[in-house]
Amino acid sequence: MPTFVISEKCDGCKGGDKTACMYICPNDLMVLDTNEMKAYNQEPDQCWECYSCVKICPSQAIEVRGYNDFVPMGASVVPMLGTEDVMWTCKFRNGVVKRFKFPIRTTPEGEANSYDDLKGKDLNSGLLSTQEADGYVLVTPSELA
Amino acid sequence: MALPNKPVGELKVVRDPEVDKRDVDVLIIGGGMAACGTAFEIKKWADDDTKILLCDKAALERSGAVAQGLSAINTYIGENKIEDYVRMVRNDLMGIVREDLIYDLGRHVDDSVHLFEEWGLPVWKKTDDGKNMDGKKGLKLGTLKSGATPVRTGKWQIMINGESYKRIVAEAGKKALGEDNIIERCFIVEILNDKEDPNRVAGAVGFSVRENKVYIINAKTIVCACGGAVNVYQPRSVGEGKGRAWYPVWNAGSTYTMALRAGAELSMMENRFTPARFKDGYGPVGAWFLLFKAQAVNGLGESYVASDDAKAELEKYAPYGTAAVPPTCLRNHLMMKEYKEGRGPIIMKTSDALAKLGETMSKKELKHLESEAWEDFLDMSVGQAGLWCATNTEPEKKDSEIMPTEPYLLGSHSGCCGIWCSGPEEDWVPADYKWGYNRMTTVNGLFTAGDGVGCSGHKFSSGSHAEGRIVAKSMLQYLKAEGDKVTGFKETDEELVDMIYKPVRNYLDHCEYTTAQDINPNYCKPAGMALRLMKMTNEYGGGIATYYMTSGKNLEILMDLFEMFREDLENIAAGDLHELMRAWEIIHRLYTVQAHTRHIQFREESRYPGFYYRGDFMGQNDDEWFCFTNSSYNKETNEWSLKKVPYVQIIAD
Repeated sequence: MPTFVISEKCDGCKGGDKTACMYICPNDLMVLDTNEMKAYNQEPDQCWECYSCVKICPSQAIEVRGYNDFVPMGASVVPMLGTEDVMWTCKFRNGVVKRFKFPIRTTPEGEANSYDDLKGKDLNSGLLSTQEADGYVLVTPSELA
Repeated sequence: MALPNKPVGELKVVRDPEVDKRDVDVLIIGGGMAACGTAFEIKKWADDDTKILLCDKAALERSGAVAQGLSAINTYIGENKIEDYVRMVRNDLMGIVREDLIYDLGRHVDDSVHLFEEWGLPVWKKTDDGKNMDGKKGLKLGTLKSGATPVRTGKWQIMINGESYKRIVAEAGKKALGEDNIIERCFIVEILNDKEDPNRVAGAVGFSVRENKVYIINAKTIVCACGGAVNVYQPRSVGEGKGRAWYPVWNAGSTYTMALRAGAELSMMENRFTPARFKDGYGPVGAWFLLFKAQAVNGLGESYVASDDAKAELEKYAPYGTAAVPPTCLRNHLMMKEYKEGRGPIIMKTSDALAKLGETMSKKELKHLESEAWEDFLDMSVGQAGLWCATNTEPEKKDSEIMPTEPYLLGSHSGCCGIWCSGPEEDWVPADYKWGYNRMTTVNGLFTAGDGVGCSGHKFSSGSHAEGRIVAKSMLQYLKAEGDKVTGFKETDEELVDMIYKPVRNYLDHCEYTTAQDINPNYCKPAGMALRLMKMTNEYGGGIATYYMTSGKNLEILMDLFEMFREDLENIAAGDLHELMRAWEIIHRLYTVQAHTRHIQFREESRYPGFYYRGDFMGQNDDEWFCFTNSSYNKETNEWSLKKVPYVQIIAD
C-alpha cells in the first residue's frame, strides 16, 4: 500500500531542506523534489505502509493507495493523530464507512520520565537502575534441572 | 530515450565525500527497542566524562519493528513464574535454547513494561468483574506496577493501545541519552577490529543517507542492534506488495552481518520464522485466535488441527508436539500438510467467532468488540485494515484467509537465530555459557541485543528493550576493565572511504557508457541484485516456491550462486544516497542469508518442520543434532566454519 502525496496539499514543508515525511520515513522513501517543492515516495515497492509519514504530515497531504498487485481499488484508511488519541476513518470499496478512536498516550508529549537524576550504585550487580532504586531482589532459578 | 543519463534520486552522490571522525567510548548501532533500552539505561551507570554515541539508519521516533505501533506487549511475566517462561520458549523452539539468557530476560522484562506505562503507553486493564478497559479508561484502576490486572491474551501477552508505542519509548531514550549524542540517518555498515588484537572491536564506519559524508568512529565498546532480516527470500507479493513484509522491510540483516564480519560467532542461524498471518496484508492473528477464540478451518471446512491425523502428526514430534501449546513451527507444519494434500486454503472463521461472542454480549459490548478487532490491525498492520476495506471484509460477515509467509530471520519473536552471546556471570549459568560480560559476543567489546542475541526467542518488544538495558551495564563493565586495551583499528581514512563509497565510484566511472543508467554491463544495481538474491534463496534455499523444502544438493548449488553474487557485489553501483543505502543493505542481506542456509546445510535433520525441511534428512535426529550450531566467517580469506556446541538444560522439565 504505497503512500502518495496530493500535489495540491503538499507545500514541501514551507521550503525547508527537509520535510516532515522525509524526516520520519523509516525506510528513507519520502524525498523532496526541490524544483517543484513537493515530496514524493521514491520507491513505492519498499513502502511498509507504516503510515509514519501520513500521521506526521502537517498538511494532511499524504495518503495510501493499496498495493496494486493484490488490493482492489476504491478503499481508504485515513488516520488523524492527536495528542491523546488517534481517529481512523476506514472507507470500504462498497461505500461502508467505519470510524474508530483509540488512545495513544496518557502523558503529555515530551513528558516521558527519563530518570535523568537517577544514578546506579552497583555497576557489577545484575540489577537495572530502576530495579535497584525500587529495592528489587534479583531472583535466580529455583527449579533447576 | 533516457538521455541525458542521470541518477533518479534527489540526493546525488559525489566521488569524494566529507569525512566526519568521532572518538567515543560507547557506540550504539541501531534505533529500535533494544537500542532505545541502551540509550535509556546507560547514562545512569556511566561516569560523567564517558562519551556515548548512537547512530540510527532512520529516525528514532519511528525506527525499528515497532515503527507503526503494536497492539500487544507479548512478554510480560507478571503473575507467572520465570521458569515457566523458559519452558514455554524452550518448547516453542524445539528444545534447543539458551535458558540462561531467557531466564535472565524474564527477570528484567517487567521493569521495562512498567516504565512504558509510566511514560504514557496506554495498557488495557481488567476490572474486578472481568470487563476489559482500554488504556485510557483503565488508568483509574492503577498501574501494572501498583498491582492492576492487565488484559491477557494467552499467558504471556498483554493488550495495549500501542499506536505511539515507539514514539513514547524513543522519547525517553532520546531524553536520557541527549540529542547531541545521537546521529540519525547514519547507516553504520562495518565494524572494525583492533589493530593489535583482531578479536576486539575498535570502531565502526558508516555514512549519511542525507549528505555525502562518511563517518569514521573510534569506539572502545559497541552494541550492534539493528533488527533481523527481511526480503532475504522472495516474498509472496513480488510487485509493490513486497514492501508489505510481515517484519519491517528495512531490516537488512545488518546486525548479523556486521557481527559476523567482525569475527563473532553466530548461532542457530538455521532457525527462521514463517508466521501464519492473514493472507497478503500480513495482519496479526494472535488476537483472533486467543482473544476472540476464532477457529481456522481447511478448504473442506474441517478444523484440521483437531483431526486424528493432525494429532498423530504432532505425536511424531513429542514432547514438543504434544505440549498444551504446540510449537509455532508445528502449527505451520499442519497447515503445510493441508496445502500439500490439496485441502487448502486455510480460513479464519471470524464470523463464527464474533457471532458466538455476541450471544452473551450487549449491542454496545459487541460494538466495542468490533472496534478491538479493527484496532488490532490499525495499531500494527494498517495495510491489513486497508485490504479488508478494499475487499469489503467485515469480519462479522466475511471470513479471511490465513497463510504462512516467506521466511524471515530474527531472534526476538518466535525465532532464535542470532549471535552467540555470554550469559550472566552467575553460579547457575554453565561455565561454557559465560565469558565475563552479559550479552557480549565472542568478540571482545562487541555486544548485541534484541534480534541480535541468538538462541533466546520470545522477548518481543519489551524483552528487546530490557535486553538493551542489560547490555548498557555490561558495556560499562567492559569499558572500565578493558577499555584501555583498545588500541584503534589499522584501516586508514582513505581505505575506509574507498570501501564505503565503492558503489558510488562504480557508478560514476561507468554511468556515461550507456543511455539508460540501470542497464550497464559494467555494474549491477541494488534493485536487480535484490531480486537475484531472493530468486536464488527462494528456489534453492527452501522458500515458498518449494513449500520450504530444500536438500543438500540444492544448497550446494545455492552456495555456488552466492559466491558469484558476492563477487558481483564488487561492481554494485549507486547513483544517489538512497541507492548507496540499498547497495550496502544488499551486501548485508547476502552474508546473513548465506549464514542461514549454511547452517541448514550443516544441520543434517529437519529441526523445525513448518519453518523448513531438509528433504534428505526429514525428521529430527536427537542423537546427532540435539545441540547448538555455531558459525564464523573470516573476511580476510572468505572462509566459513561451522561447529556443534553442546546444549545444557538449566531449568527442570
